[in-house]
Amino acid sequence: MTAATQTMRITYREAIRQAIREALQRDPRVFVMGEDVGRYGGCYAVTKGLLQEFGPERIRDTPLSESAFVGAGIGAALGGMRPIVEIMTVNFSLLALDQIVNNAATILHMSGGQFNIPIVIRMTTGAGRQLAAQHSHSFDGWYAHIPGLKVLTPATLEDARGMLWTALEDPDPVLIFEHGTLYNVEGDLAADAGAVNIGQAAIRRPGKDVSLITYGGTLGKSLQAAEQLAADKIDAEVVDLRTLRPLDTGTILDSVARTHRAVIIDEGWRSGSISAEISARIMEGAFYELDLPVARLCSAEVPMPYAKHMEEAALPQVATIVETVRRMMGGNG
Amino acid sequence: MAEFRMPSLGADMEAGTVIQWLIKPGDAVKRGDIIAVVDTEKADIEVEVFEAGVIESIVVPEGRKVPVGEVLALLQTEGAPVARAQPQVTAPPKIAPPAPSPPPSPRVEMPPRVEMPPRVEMPPKKPSIPAAHRPRVSPLAMRVALDLGMNLSTVKGTGPDGAITKADVERAAKVAAAPPAVTPPAPPAPAVEATKLARTARPAAGLEERQAAMRRVIASAMARSKREVPHYYLGTHIDMSRAMTWLQTENLKRPVTERLLYSVLLLKAVAMAIHQFPEMNGFWSDGAFKPSIAVHLGVAISLRGGGLIAPALHDVDKKTLSEIMANLRDLVNRVRAGVLRSSEIADATITVTSLGEQGVETVYGVIYAPQVALIGFGNLAERPWAANGMVGARPVIAATLSADHRVSDGHRGGRFLATLDRLLQEPEKL
Repeated sequence: MTAATQTMRITYREAIRQAIREALQRDPRVFVMGEDVGRYGGCYAVTKGLLQEFGPERIRDTPLSESAFVGAGIGAALGGMRPIVEIMTVNFSLLALDQIVNNAATILHMSGGQFNIPIVIRMTTGAGRQLAAQHSHSFDGWYAHIPGLKVLTPATLEDARGMLWTALEDPDPVLIFEHGTLYNVEGDLAADAGAVNIGQAAIRRPGKDVSLITYGGTLGKSLQAAEQLAADKIDAEVVDLRTLRPLDTGTILDSVARTHRAVIIDEGWRSGSISAEISARIMEGAFYELDLPVARLCSAEVPMPYAKHMEEAALPQVATIVETVRRMMGGNG
Repeated sequence: MAEFRMPSLGADMEAGTVIQWLIKPGDAVKRGDIIAVVDTEKADIEVEVFEAGVIESIVVPEGRKVPVGEVLALLQTEGAPVARAQPQVTAPPKIAPPAPSPPPSPRVEMPPRVEMPPRVEMPPKKPSIPAAHRPRVSPLAMRVALDLGMNLSTVKGTGPDGAITKADVERAAKVAAAPPAVTPPAPPAPAVEATKLARTARPAAGLEERQAAMRRVIASAMARSKREVPHYYLGTHIDMSRAMTWLQTENLKRPVTERLLYSVLLLKAVAMAIHQFPEMNGFWSDGAFKPSIAVHLGVAISLRGGGLIAPALHDVDKKTLSEIMANLRDLVNRVRAGVLRSSEIADATITVTSLGEQGVETVYGVIYAPQVALIGFGNLAERPWAANGMVGARPVIAATLSADHRVSDGHRGGRFLATLDRLLQEPEKL
């Protein structure tokens, strides 16, 4: 067995921790800050053990003020550092929206190109863990609306391990959305896994009958749905967007040109969502390839319910993906 | 205001029955839209409108038979004032209510419509007529249909709400791929020997009655032609070896769906020859020949249920072989679905008939007056052919010209056939 093929059993959480550790080791300008990232080891235990390893100068607990510590991160980035700022969940990032949208995303422009903001902001997103309406939403698509930001949604171990370093190397603000249901996902990762590209979508499963276009927390559901559909002789292609901004329109359109049918699976709310943007781009760029209207599976437009069965009902699920595709393909079976 | 009248869908047509309106008052139409289906005793014809505007009212209800020229519907044309010099008629088109007495609205002022029923209630549309109006077609299916030259009105949709998908088009294309035998009218008939077949869903007239009616139409047209038109007939044999060799090579380069039939070469050659002999193309009317600049070949197509019909292939001289092939395939499909357009029935400027499939060697056709010529092709078969002192077997076809002696004479006719022969020796230039 060569080094290139050696793998290790690892969780998504550990993959991110490895990425952070590697960044801290490689670049002295990198430091981590956020609520409970130090002594407590991170609300989702991503930074567990790093305080002991790297000390309080580089693993910094912050007061409970998103606006303040994101702003401090922007200042540090302006000052030449490479901060990794952790926000507990995307819902809380709204407190820092002014810093992110009005400062991080605009300073390069406002300074006439003089000042880049090389900050990386990580946050948990999504539902599925009974955390109710104030900790469960998916605003990833909102941030993808903002010029000046890059929005990453790692859904695999490779991307959890590899996107951070690429994000740190980017001279401009990058947001990384980690779906809460992924932290415990375990799998095999190449021992030498390292940096990966950002800005390109990936075909996670090739197919010829329908494109399931998704990202983040719904990638796994889409892949499972594709397996079930295979039993019906429906060959689904699964496109993992990986990056919501810039959106890799080329890969999306190429996939639709192959399959002529598209279903977008997006945990965000449907109205004004990233799925709406993708659907529009398909219509603009691949209208004459479409054999059926584009379908979308999004979350119910309600505050995320707490009760387990209601939360499940509000989210796109494997069964609803399978059912939607079957209905689409019904006439051609 | 424009009047939409019962069109003459052939020189022999005296009256027609409006089977179906595809529009209703208030609908906007543009030139070329198919707005009604008319039964001419030969076929159900989709009738196009030639002016753009908004349908003001329907004068002749469905099911009524009226003579050619009768006003069927009224049309508000763009730019034209709604009602001449009348004080502003801003009311929506449906202002005339069901009042049995003339309503006091300015609309009554409009002259020639006293007999018009005050309200035209559209009866529910008969879905049995293959949809000529906005079928649900996916963009991809539309594109594939264009590529394959398929007519979507013959395709059954199986997608959501009956939408036509790519698979539906491909399925239909496979069915239609059976070569569209370009076998024309058995008797030297004129073009049209239409038969009902796709229309069995419509119980309008009994099949026997319709066939009898059609027979009467043919009888009258043929008798008129033989009575009035002084025919002369010329024939020649054409060596098709070059044409067939070229066709074989050409077809090898093409995907199966785009392969050409030799009939397409014959059609294009006729159309090109006509350029040099305009006296073969047009109509004899009012004691004089009226040449046609456009070359619309009436092409006879056999129907699966028996019988024939010969709608026009438009502007054959201006089209590539691929386009002619696609048009021909489309025409065959629509003829078999019973969906033809009025322009296709009325427009032919010369007829081409070939009885090759029946094994006939030579066709002596009767001109479909008021056209002035008909080209006949027999079967394409290997025959002994002498050239350069040697006899060999070559594919040969007999071409005949039936022409109106009032318009052309045998000298020109002979040169026409010679030109046709020469054109077929250079198939790559067609």
